[in-house]
Amino acid sequence: MIRPDPGSPVERPAANAAPACPGHAVPEPKKSVLMSELPPETAPSGAVDPTDEAAVAAAVDAALAAVENAKDLDELKEVRLAHAGEKSPLALGNRQIGTLDKAQKAVAGKLMGQARGRVNKAIAARTAVLEEERDARILVEEAVDVTAAGRRRRLGGRHPLTNLMERVGETFVAMGWEVADGPEVESEWYNFDSLNFKPDHPARELQDTFFVDPPEAHLVLRTHTSPVQMRTLLTRDLPVYVVVPGRTYRTDELDATHTPVFHQVEGLAVDKGLSMADLKGTLEHFARQMFGPEAKIRLRPNYFPFTEPSAELDVWHPNAKGGPQWIEWGGCGMVHPNVLRAAGIDPEVYSGFAFGMGIERTLMFRNNVPDMHDMVEGDVRFSEHFGMEI
Amino acid sequence: MRVPLSWLREHAPVPAGATAEDVLATLVKVGLEEEAVHRPADELHGPVVVGQVLSKEPETHSNGKTVNWCTVRVVPEGREQTLTGKGIDPSGVQGVICGAHNFEVGDKVVVTLPGAVLPGNFRISARKTYGHTSAGMIASVRELGIGEDHDGILVLSTLGLDPEIGSDALELLGLHDEAAEINVTPDRGYAFSLRGVAREYCHAVHAPFTDPADAVAARVPAPTQGGFPVAVDDAAPIHGNPGCTRFVARTVTGVDATAPTPPWMSARLRLAGIRSISLPVDISNYVMLEFGQPLHFYDLDALTGGIVVRRAGRGETLTTLDGKQRTLDPEDLLITDGSGPIGMAGVMGGAATEVSDATVNVLVEAARFDEVSIARTARRHRLPSEASKRFERGVDPQIAPVAAQRAVELLVELAGGTAGPEVTDVDRTTAPAPIELPWDYPSRRVGVDYTPEQVVGTLTELGAQVETTDDGWRVVPPTWRPDLVAKEDLVEEVARLDGYDRIPSRLPVAPPGRGLTAEQQARKRVADALAAAGLTEVLAYPFVSQADNELWGAPQAGVPVPSVKLANPISEAQGMLRVSLLPGLLDVLRRNTSRGFRDLALYEIGRVFRPGDRVGSASIPPLGARPSQEVLDDLEAGLPAQPRHLAAVLVGKDAAESPWVTPRPFDWQDVLDAARLAAEVLGVELDVSQGTHQAFHPGRTAVLATADGTPVGYAGELHPKLVAAQDLPERTVAMELNLSSLLDAELDVVQARPISGYPAATQDVALVIDASVPAAQLRAALEEGAGELLEDVRVFDVYQGPGIEEGRKSVAFALRFRAPDRTLTADEASAAREAAVAVAAERHGAVLRG
Repeated sequence: MIRPDPGSPVERPAANAAPACPGHAVPEPKKSVLMSELPPETAPSGAVDPTDEAAVAAAVDAALAAVENAKDLDELKEVRLAHAGEKSPLALGNRQIGTLDKAQKAVAGKLMGQARGRVNKAIAARTAVLEEERDARILVEEAVDVTAAGRRRRLGGRHPLTNLMERVGETFVAMGWEVADGPEVESEWYNFDSLNFKPDHPARELQDTFFVDPPEAHLVLRTHTSPVQMRTLLTRDLPVYVVVPGRTYRTDELDATHTPVFHQVEGLAVDKGLSMADLKGTLEHFARQMFGPEAKIRLRPNYFPFTEPSAELDVWHPNAKGGPQWIEWGGCGMVHPNVLRAAGIDPEVYSGFAFGMGIERTLMFRNNVPDMHDMVEGDVRFSEHFGMEI
Repeated sequence: MRVPLSWLREHAPVPAGATAEDVLATLVKVGLEEEAVHRPADELHGPVVVGQVLSKEPETHSNGKTVNWCTVRVVPEGREQTLTGKGIDPSGVQGVICGAHNFEVGDKVVVTLPGAVLPGNFRISARKTYGHTSAGMIASVRELGIGEDHDGILVLSTLGLDPEIGSDALELLGLHDEAAEINVTPDRGYAFSLRGVAREYCHAVHAPFTDPADAVAARVPAPTQGGFPVAVDDAAPIHGNPGCTRFVARTVTGVDATAPTPPWMSARLRLAGIRSISLPVDISNYVMLEFGQPLHFYDLDALTGGIVVRRAGRGETLTTLDGKQRTLDPEDLLITDGSGPIGMAGVMGGAATEVSDATVNVLVEAARFDEVSIARTARRHRLPSEASKRFERGVDPQIAPVAAQRAVELLVELAGGTAGPEVTDVDRTTAPAPIELPWDYPSRRVGVDYTPEQVVGTLTELGAQVETTDDGWRVVPPTWRPDLVAKEDLVEEVARLDGYDRIPSRLPVAPPGRGLTAEQQARKRVADALAAAGLTEVLAYPFVSQADNELWGAPQAGVPVPSVKLANPISEAQGMLRVSLLPGLLDVLRRNTSRGFRDLALYEIGRVFRPGDRVGSASIPPLGARPSQEVLDDLEAGLPAQPRHLAAVLVGKDAAESPWVTPRPFDWQDVLDAARLAAEVLGVELDVSQGTHQAFHPGRTAVLATADGTPVGYAGELHPKLVAAQDLPERTVAMELNLSSLLDAELDVVQARPISGYPAATQDVALVIDASVPAAQLRAALEEGAGELLEDVRVFDVYQGPGIEEGRKSVAFALRFRAPDRTLTADEASAAREAAVAVAAERHGAVLRG
């Protein structure tokens, strides 16, 4: 059954055809109090006699007392109307001055002027005080508990694996290297043969490879990022210094330390006169960028068809669970002459080195991720915990 | 390869107190990777001694079970019991209950005394049972962890043993020994032998090495005429390499095949991971472990005529010694006699000629078979074996006569046989090809200044013959190192034996680089922008079903969607590669909702796979040479298109309820915004039009395209029926974009536009049109009609209902006008607005709402 969405614009009521513009909002009318509502005893009435000094003084006193007693701006407004407004005794008395004789006029004028001046001055002073009080009160009333705030907009998160691959790329770009890329469904030639894996060599068996159907089509899901070595050598001018972060596949079942879909970063340098010392220096620098300035590396002899000499790369992990130890980080070596030949490069003129390591593995012991499942399942808590940077 | 330490000590200076861990730490230096430690004593320790049964009284109990109440002497008569502890009788005689019946009074047996611990943390103590105090146990081989047999206890005489009463049974059975397991890389087949590992150990500790083969070789008799007839007739060599280049045949007569295997031998085999079967089989395995030469023993009397090594004929069959009948392939290399096939060379022997308990006369075969031939046969018949493992990696062609001699000697010594005088040795091996090594090459390649003495010394230590030439050396590698074929291989040997830790560290300076490519930068920008906008990046597996691809990969149902199929998927149900990221992303979504998350915004950037006209290539070019451009182009043409996509799914609300926040449910506009955000971040304009897709709500789907009309994706609400069927949260919204297409859009360098400082004039207009006309078309008409003064136009309301005719709708626009050089008058703005409305009216029949 298809249920209508209450938020649908089609069903929205008609009243909003012309939306209210925020800038046109009419301010709410301010509260006003009518004279008639005031208690009768506070409302003076009738003109004061401008020649009666005592009466004027009494009117002023009454006014000043009323001003002083006004508790807020509304009351003060009423006080102002009653004691200084047009109908107030002082104002009415003031109007009578015109009817007086000349001698009285001057005296009354001075008396009334001073009286009204005092009242107005008191009102102004009281207004300032009350406005100050009101402003302060409003600010108090508007206070909120900022610690109770939720989030209107939330930050998402990058996946730590892609984040880490980008970081690896940046590390090498800073050294003048470039980042290369290649297909994940790859020709067997690029994945194996071009890298000196002989058709029946047991090394080819070591890698449990996903084949595209039919297998006679010679397509595989690349088992490592190394085929990009060959793509790079075939398409770029020498010398070449590239890293290749990317996705790779082997037919492992998912468990705490294996996943059929994983990520690697490959490094390749081909230039004149490169030796294993250059390889070691590069790996040492890389390890320090990844694991901190104290990081140490170790090379152990190993075998890969596409490098000779070959080495296993270990990195010293001072904070490993179960005590400081060497952790296997990746493989490396000097590019095998057959690989250079497959790219049409003369191995007597150029030499190169290559290395590769698992991104998952790097993340595991760099950021202490104990279980591969966390990297694979896509639980939002995992990515969000790492945020935008790794 | 598991290396028993007692065995290694015979050939290498392993310190007396060294453990398997110490040995592994030494071997790792020369590149033999540590794998594991096998130490039976970790599981089996305490007083386990030889005892003699003094009495045995069967007692049948109420449960119907008959057990034996026995006394066993565990200290020689007249000597004192030196062991103390609870349950140990000072008299030297223990009373024990035994459930087995396969022994007699007087037999010597293994007694586990109180305080002993057996495999499985089985602790022995004196305890009351069947009315007696049983102070110990008479052990079976299974209880000791040295075999499977549990039908009865171990009677030592059956092993040919008559040890002293009270002696340490663990010592006697080799259970104090331990093994270091190493991982042998495919290039070092020789390390699948004690001979090879001992050599490597000596290299690692810089000690001189005495080849154990030398002493045996000195005793090998010269080949004779008239020995057992062997012919090699390989009509179809693979890669031109004959399948068999060496075949040594020796005879031993009068053997007792039922004689027990001595405990030291079975203990070493067991530590090496090989089960003891029978004395002849054990001998063949023992010699294989020692020299790396797989052997095969035939029952000489079961053979018909001489042996011929040849390829299989079409349709030929063989019953192998595991009892299975196998149909052979013309590429399989066979051992045959007058009766036909009697074995798959180097992989598995035949049942008919195998050595049995009744065998009296034995033919010993020590042969060298071609690596590729054996590897293919083992793989074809799924028969990986200890033998094939070694042949695949290359066996020393000169070790065959030595191994055969050693086997003959052991059959004579342990099985009471007599060595036949004839020696058959068909030898077609060739010497290893010499390698020219320029004198400075190792130093140049490694970066260490090796002296000529060092280089020559190392290579000689390896067993190579080194001859000085004008510009370096001519090196003939040893026969057991078929992996040494080029000068780089020799460089590795020099570097590894000198130590990789001696290689200095130098950071090479790359030429000036160009930084990340525009595409790489753009991809990162998109990913960061979406995360900053509140979406969470996830990575799903690309494995999907064909149904998934047909649902997400085509706008209409029932359209075939070509997909890349895997030949060996993890799961048959998900045997295809994805053409869309959404099925994987929705899986991740469901996983998160099942974990209690209701408000979710997820995205993924990843490749999808669209096969072209052709899948793959018929053949692949050979290795070691650059293929022609045509061949490379051909390989490329066989690859599926693999564009990167971006997809997002949103469910629930945009925020959590809190004091000043009113959460808003995510809807189709949120995913449309996400798509537009991605495009804007890339600087690409995204064209949005009304559309349909089988997976999406028919009325709430936006088709996304680039400015030139190339479709790049969809955004909208998922079809409610799909949401229900796929168990998704209601109102799930999703989008998917072909990111590669967007990234491909050639971007011109952005040119600045003048910014006018004059005030804007804003005019609103509400137009009534047919409900079917998309707002986007109306807007386009207004833009065109309004002319250059129009700075911005935005839909601010869409209305249908009372006051508007059935089938029509009112769309309200806010138009902002501005001139670059003056303040617009109200008349100018109104005129522009009227011009805009006029075009909308003309083109779409729009009328101003009254």
